[in-house]
Amino acid sequence: MVGHGPGPALENANPLVFRRSGERPVTAREEDDDLPDAIDDREIFDLIRSINDPEHPLTLEELNVVEQVRVKVNDAESTVAVEFTPTIPHCSMATLIGLSIKVKLIRSLPERFKVDVHITPGTHISEHAVNKQLADKERVAAALENSHLLEVVNQCLSARS
Amino acid sequence: MRAGSASGSGMATLTLSCRLAAHPDSRCWFVAWSPGGALLASCGGDRSVRVWGRQGESWVCRAVLDEGHQRTVRKVAWSLCGNYLASASFDATTCIWKKTPDGFECVTTLEGHENEVKSVAWSPSGSLLATCSRDKSVWIWEVDEEDEYECVSVLNSHTQDVKHVVWHPTQELLASASYDDTVKLYREEEDDWVCCTTLEGHESTVWGLAFDGAGRRLASCSDDRTVRIWSSDEQGEPGVACSSTEPSWKCICTLSGYHTRTIYDVAWCHLTGALATACGDDAIRIFEEEPLAEPQQPTFALMAHVPRAHAQDVNCVAWNPAEPGLLASCSDDGEVAFWKYQRPECC
Repeated sequence: MVGHGPGPALENANPLVFRRSGERPVTAREEDDDLPDAIDDREIFDLIRSINDPEHPLTLEELNVVEQVRVKVNDAESTVAVEFTPTIPHCSMATLIGLSIKVKLIRSLPERFKVDVHITPGTHISEHAVNKQLADKERVAAALENSHLLEVVNQCLSARS
Repeated sequence: MRAGSASGSGMATLTLSCRLAAHPDSRCWFVAWSPGGALLASCGGDRSVRVWGRQGESWVCRAVLDEGHQRTVRKVAWSLCGNYLASASFDATTCIWKKTPDGFECVTTLEGHENEVKSVAWSPSGSLLATCSRDKSVWIWEVDEEDEYECVSVLNSHTQDVKHVVWHPTQELLASASYDDTVKLYREEEDDWVCCTTLEGHESTVWGLAFDGAGRRLASCSDDRTVRIWSSDEQGEPGVACSSTEPSWKCICTLSGYHTRTIYDVAWCHLTGALATACGDDAIRIFEEEPLAEPQQPTFALMAHVPRAHAQDVNCVAWNPAEPGLLASCSDDGEVAFWKYQRPECC
């Protein structure tokens, strides 16, 4: 589902870099093991902010591709919706970035969650086509059986040394 | 369990009778009943096909077909005689399995599609097989008595991924559903297969199709969260080919507002006329046509709704061809479930 891997020439050679948010403060409630903790926006954001950009040695948070305000979680209804913003409107990596976010959340969250990943409206020339591919679970399943593509996704999801 | 009211009468019920971990730690994509209704085949992300048979109140695994495919098995179909199974896989092949005294044996592997095969279906005569793929094509294969398969047509009418193919119950008329948001119908004309109709109206991917028992109507379900009912204006008895003019199909009813996510499958019971849907919101819903509506302007009532029929997306629903009201379903949770649908008692 992704046309090509990272090429030698960067599409956006000098992106704006944003400051990382601080660590999440731990509340007294969370430390009490007797109380259930609902999954909130910040927790979802923490799962995706450290995903590596496929082209730059930076995280999606540092490139402002993901922001906490574009994460919507409803724990009671088991839904998570994430919007991501490609750095440039013709970014050919948009589908790969969206797939990485989706895979990270599917792997991390309980199976009851419905995960929807979309491009922030108006920020990409192929917004509809990319959104439709990311929403098609059959194509996503087939893509993840492709060992080359899976390796590229896993690189985006690996911890940077 | 909740039900919509049908003409003010009582509630219909959909009751769970059995649940199986059919494809554990994987996804179950599809289930298909054998023509006599005694066996159910399931397939999934674990690259296997499993065949289930009834034992008392429960269902047990009679065969595991796990040596045919290298990747996900997306769909499975029985031949009309019940002696063959076809399985369509993401590995770009379709396997033909023959029933033997010991189980099932892979007798042929059909190759030709460029990438994932998404669906497979046998024609009512049993002499034709249709397959479709992400490569945007629909292939029609002819089967001879020696189990030899020959591709007789490659149809490139869709502009995107083809998700599903289904044959008319009595005629050699094929329908396909696609990521390009359309449904297309094909028939043979002067020795060549052609696309004779395109049904437009859905606003996103069409995932599933089902003809009614008479073949006069076709139901389609979509990522746009609606089911559409299409009707043929063909006159006379179904099954009699109308050579002069092509019957036209038009949308006579849209079921919208019921489903909250993608509808992956629709099944039309040929015994009772009930319509079941499999939805990405984990629910199974049953609809029935309101009895007093005009045939060309039907309305359908929601008769039963099981909100958490499965723990994850419901991928497929299938009515047993012999036992009225027996429904099988399967899900991303890897399970297959059996349900009993009962209409309200008349007083």
